[in-house]
Amino acid sequence: MNKKLKFRFSRKALAYPYMAFLILFVVVPLVMILINAFITDGNKIGFDNFVEFFSDAGGGLTVLGNSLIIGFVTTLLCLVIGYPVAYFLAKYHASNNVLVLMFILPMWVNFLIRTLSTKTIFLAMDLELGMGTVLFGMVYNYLPYMILPLHTTLVSIDKRLIEASEDLGASKGTVLVKTIFPLSLPGVVSGITMTFIPAISTFAISEILSVSKIYLFGDAINMHFSKATNSFGVGSVMSLVMLVLVIVSNLFTSLNEEEVRSVL
Amino acid sequence: MKEKIIEIVNVCKSYDEKPVVKNVSLTIYKGEFVTLLGPSGCGKTTTLRMIAGFEQPTSGKVFFNGKDITELPPHKRNVNTVFQKYALFPHLNVFGNIAYGLKLKTIPDGQPFQNRKGQTVQKMRHLTKAEITEKVNRALKMVDLEDYGHRSVNSLSGGQQQRVAIARALVNEPQVLLLDEPLGALDLKMRKDMQIELMQMHKKLGITFVYVTHDQEEALTMSDKIVVMKDGQIQQIGTPTKVYDEPANAFVADFIGESNILSGTMVKDCCVNISGHTFECVDKGFKRNEPIDVIIRPEDIHIVDVADSNCLVEAEVLTCVFKGDHYQVTALTFGDERNELIIHDNVQVAVGDKIGLYIKPFDFHIMHKARLINTLEGEMYDTGVVEFCGGRFPCNSTLDEGTKVKISVDFDDVELTDDEEDGVIGATVISTIYKGSYYQCIVRTDDYYDFFVDTDYEWLINDRVGIKIAPDKILLEEVKDEQKVEV
Repeated sequence: MNKKLKFRFSRKALAYPYMAFLILFVVVPLVMILINAFITDGNKIGFDNFVEFFSDAGGGLTVLGNSLIIGFVTTLLCLVIGYPVAYFLAKYHASNNVLVLMFILPMWVNFLIRTLSTKTIFLAMDLELGMGTVLFGMVYNYLPYMILPLHTTLVSIDKRLIEASEDLGASKGTVLVKTIFPLSLPGVVSGITMTFIPAISTFAISEILSVSKIYLFGDAINMHFSKATNSFGVGSVMSLVMLVLVIVSNLFTSLNEEEVRSVL
Repeated sequence: MKEKIIEIVNVCKSYDEKPVVKNVSLTIYKGEFVTLLGPSGCGKTTTLRMIAGFEQPTSGKVFFNGKDITELPPHKRNVNTVFQKYALFPHLNVFGNIAYGLKLKTIPDGQPFQNRKGQTVQKMRHLTKAEITEKVNRALKMVDLEDYGHRSVNSLSGGQQQRVAIARALVNEPQVLLLDEPLGALDLKMRKDMQIELMQMHKKLGITFVYVTHDQEEALTMSDKIVVMKDGQIQQIGTPTKVYDEPANAFVADFIGESNILSGTMVKDCCVNISGHTFECVDKGFKRNEPIDVIIRPEDIHIVDVADSNCLVEAEVLTCVFKGDHYQVTALTFGDERNELIIHDNVQVAVGDKIGLYIKPFDFHIMHKARLINTLEGEMYDTGVVEFCGGRFPCNSTLDEGTKVKISVDFDDVELTDDEEDGVIGATVISTIYKGSYYQCIVRTDDYYDFFVDTDYEWLINDRVGIKIAPDKILLEEVKDEQKVEV
């Protein structure tokens, strides 16, 4: 009986410090955001913040719309540029690892440094900072996040399926459209989520590359918390909206392959 | 006269300079069930892939209905393949998999007509949905999967996936169906059933089947013609009975069915000497006292009483194992040189029994030996040291440095070492055949010379070994420059 009461050090205990960290720095702040969302002017409890955001009084909804559009365009551009890159990387993967490295290398440089250097280049070229430069910065920053999952799925496609497709009468182009692309859909979906979510929530890129002319959802949240006073409430509501978007897209990725295909 | 459908002419294939298929020529006739049989790595799958178009031969030609298709991509060839482990499309259901080829197919639409420029034009069209559905359903029915069209391929058992793969290939009505070890992943019972089903399909459809397998029993059961391959080369082409009863060489005999392979000499026509005993046989045309290989199938050796007048040789029983429809007996013959024989008979004997053995004259299968002595070319590295196959061997020779020499080494003078480092050069064991009282191995050096080695031990195929040769066993002969040596 005595033995049962004794604390037994099991491998599970190794996870406790991180659990504590998670509770303190992830769960607690989330709860605080949730509470903040219902508090207006420091003491009133109610749905005022939600009303303010969803009635677009402070322009929050418009910013969300703009961000979604920019996020969508960025993702589309990343997909259109990234798919061929990932395809050729996968095709010549065995013989050339240096190529893959070249595409991952930019990820090792801090994104702020990358973005600031991009700005300097644009200024040196005498380009006007605005929508174009922001989109460029976004695509440049998020392209690796599109290429990597695509590359992983494309590499893992069974070569025999491609041969089977050719055997059944498919030319090289048809193989790509009818076999390789459908089989790479899981990679496309995870590439989209890995690009789209950061693209709508980012603030630094748009701020730096448009000299704060273009105002995205991330910028708005940032402003509510850091610059304006007494607007923690609306900021929290916006954070919650962001969170819901993230959860929805993650649900989308975690659907199994067949469900993804039926959705698309 | 049978009509040729596929002709492979002097085809070679190498990957990174490593030959996989060496000068293979093969003719396949319309409607035949041809099996390419051989151990793994013998080039049978590569040969099949060259017929399918997935590989291009390094040299040589492939003809289909008389037309050269060597360079034709797979999608333009009128052949379909059933892949090893099926290769079904996971993103499509059973119906979608089978319909895949049909959706890509175009057929002539209406009669050819003359256009304004006076050229004859044939309009092509895709199959309609109804046509595809009808064909797919017929294919599903053929493989007994009528109600499975909507199922996901991953929810099917191995046998069912196999049937889908066959239906997917056959629905395109190819002239030749290529099958790459299609039954390898199935359990024994399922495999037997599928063998019979495939044979029935072949009979019913009347198209040509080219089947690749390493399972000799499968090949013997199903084929009209067996092509035995080893090491990228064809060893024998023949009907199952021919290949089984009259193997072309010791390898074929060893690979197909169980067999006793012994060394002997041909005393004269119809008379063979094996380890001091003389037997009557039916083979003629060998040189007097020519060393030969003799093959005797276990079921052709009959156990008789020692006192029986039929008794040709006496032997001592080592083991006797019941195998259901027969007893498998191993026995050691008496005499100066004792040979171990495997016997399948339906009499039970006890270990240690003295038994008599009887073999009918035409059950001795006599074959020329592939090689009598290892001969190769080399160069004197120094006085008393000869260099060949990338190694320097000490030898008893006084020839000068740089002299080109012909080296001969007897099979039993080559010594194999377990540790590659212990030998002068390294080599890979590529075949081991038991010859009654010793093993004959073929070991391949890193520059592709095959040493024949007679040894007391069984060396495992694909093992790395070292090669050593005693200095006095290396026979050297100087080669004059203008003299060409055939190795």
